[in-house]
Amino acid sequence: MKSLVDEGVTTIFGHPSGMIFSDAASDHPFKYILCRHEQVAAHAAEGYYKATGRTGTVMVASGPGATNCVTAITDALVDSMAIVVLSGQVPVGVMGGDVAQEADVVGTTRACTKYNFLVLRAEDIPRIIKEAYYIARSGRPGPVLVDLPRDVILKHAAFKGDPKSVAIRGYHPQLAGHPGQIKKAAELIAQAKRPVIFGGGGIIHADASEEFRELVDITQIPTTLSLMGLGTLPTDHPLWLGMLGMHGIYWANMCMIHCDVMIAIGSRFDDRVTGRFSEFGQQCQIIHVNVDPTSIQKNVKVDVPIVGDVKCVLRELNKALQKVDRSWASDLEGWYAQIEAWKKQDSRRYEQRGATIKPQYAIDMILRLTEEYDPIISTGVGQHQMWTAQLYRGHHPRRWLTSGGLGTMGFGLPAALGAQAGIPDRLVLNIDGDCSFQVTMQDLCTLVHYRLPVKTFVINNKGLGMLRQWQRQYPSSPHADLAHQPDFVKLAEACGVGGIRIERPEEVKAGIEKAINTPGPVVVDIVVEREEMCLPVMPTGVGTVDVVQVGETARDTSFPGWR
Amino acid sequence: MREQAPARRHILTLLVENRIGVLARIAGLIAAKGYNIDSVSVGETMDNSMSRVTLVVHGDDWVMEQVVKQLNRLIDVVKVVDLTEEDCIEREMILIRVNAEAPNRAEILRIADIFRARVVDVTHRTYTLEVTGDEHKIQALLDLFRPFGIKELVRTGQIAIARASKAAPRKLEREAGNEEQVESKSTAGTP
Repeated sequence: MKSLVDEGVTTIFGHPSGMIFSDAASDHPFKYILCRHEQVAAHAAEGYYKATGRTGTVMVASGPGATNCVTAITDALVDSMAIVVLSGQVPVGVMGGDVAQEADVVGTTRACTKYNFLVLRAEDIPRIIKEAYYIARSGRPGPVLVDLPRDVILKHAAFKGDPKSVAIRGYHPQLAGHPGQIKKAAELIAQAKRPVIFGGGGIIHADASEEFRELVDITQIPTTLSLMGLGTLPTDHPLWLGMLGMHGIYWANMCMIHCDVMIAIGSRFDDRVTGRFSEFGQQCQIIHVNVDPTSIQKNVKVDVPIVGDVKCVLRELNKALQKVDRSWASDLEGWYAQIEAWKKQDSRRYEQRGATIKPQYAIDMILRLTEEYDPIISTGVGQHQMWTAQLYRGHHPRRWLTSGGLGTMGFGLPAALGAQAGIPDRLVLNIDGDCSFQVTMQDLCTLVHYRLPVKTFVINNKGLGMLRQWQRQYPSSPHADLAHQPDFVKLAEACGVGGIRIERPEEVKAGIEKAINTPGPVVVDIVVEREEMCLPVMPTGVGTVDVVQVGETARDTSFPGWR
Repeated sequence: MREQAPARRHILTLLVENRIGVLARIAGLIAAKGYNIDSVSVGETMDNSMSRVTLVVHGDDWVMEQVVKQLNRLIDVVKVVDLTEEDCIEREMILIRVNAEAPNRAEILRIADIFRARVVDVTHRTYTLEVTGDEHKIQALLDLFRPFGIKELVRTGQIAIARASKAAPRKLEREAGNEEQVESKSTAGTP
């Protein structure tokens, strides 16, 4: 406990049990947020980390308590979220005997944590806690699990103070980039004719948004961001292209296809960004900055790899680029003109007409009406997530919470919960899908209990919209329509949360305003057009060239680009 | 884009923390990435807080770059060296039980002699032999014994060590006191 205080832990998300933590957590200085499900606790810790920049802490029971966290831990691993999970374990003496609530948690989580520990001696706790937090937040951040047997915790070892520093001989994250590589990158950028900057979530983890903006401002290069990187460049920045990738903005993807130099920063070239690996980046030289050497050359062949912390590398790179004698903006005019031509086709275009609400309209209105509050926005996974990302309006990093790599439905509410717990005075919105919301909706009660005024907007198309969209191509895929959905308004009210339903386009604006002005948590059920498709789309396994545009598809039963 | 390079056999030597679960981490990582381990051997080093792991893996250069980087990323792995590019000595020991009926008994012993194999157990119908050598020697021996009928075979997996630098030592007396260097020298000297 003392070790946790020394690590600066103030908030713990969790679910206690008789096995371990009822005793440990009874007399403590932390804000302990008891969630109704351990997955929620761990996602909340992710939201807390991403929103505040401080490592999230989770405390759960042995056996089912720990295994329930596995989804969220995997999510944190893929999206590089620094969380520490303290899990209870049965006493050392009976371990391996299949006793009540025993599970091999270290074995189970070996593949989904950055590292995990089993503590066998009470006197090791201070060192292990120190190492756990260090590993979680340094280098490429990630989840660390510490498995604590009951007898080890209860034993009163003399607390000899925390170790002052951490020395792990097999773990030395590389921070400074190689000067020669940085020089090479600067030279390549200086002579690029059609360059594009592509930023990812790593910029946020490295707290390097300022340096990133500086890079964009120095070089005047058009910039796109991955789903995880949203917020590192304000969406009203003149060089902002929009999100790229599978459901990315058309011209952002066109820039990736036609550029001659690609500057990828803090990204890992996920397949949802690149499409078919074999076709990606063939026409251009790629500069790739990442703190994790395994992310470089994994999927895409890179010309100038730079292993290092994004912040350190960008500082040096910016210094080198400032010395370059080039009138950037005027040199790139031809490139800008080409992009302007692509921009004539707005892939996010939607028309709100008729009596049903277009989901894009609802989301656009939520984002527009809340922009002045500079809110933190979390999402579930699916169509609503992609629409929100496409239409996103944000000016600062750490305001955008979404499950990218793993695509965990049910991420929205817990992440919003965690963010609100970390930053109580900022507006936190959860823009969710009806099915995503149902994965973790039991924790509405937690919002009430801890007075966390999260505003949830359920974009309700009565089914798994993204799957429904896919079914048009693969008719044999499983059912995406859910015939019986709960009444979200009644459900909210049953939990002690305000409930609002919006069914007609003319109610949208007033409904959203009412939700924002209602004190405490609110659930807004926005019933939208069921068959609306999320466009543009770059089907999986296809090159970036085959982006399907809006208007080409309308009500067809198949996508032209999919044949 | 991935270029198709031919798959080659690589010997990786790893220095790892001597802790519970380290081998599981290495095996888990390699399995999760879909690579196949040909052999693995583990043992303590002179420093008992560390173990030496020797892995034999097949893969093209692209795969091997990833394997080495992924292994390096494991927190319990202190050092990874791919010995394939270096001049190294590799050895494996096998215990082999061969059918030895009366007409073949002399022939089997002659082959064993050529390969410097030692008989460690003998019955009226079998010989059990111990042999040490590199991959090619072991394979050649197995090919020769196969016609007699191999009843059982146990292999240790490959171990390997880089050859020490052949540059003439500047001061011989300094090295005399260093046990580890002397040891590696003597290994390097064996044919």
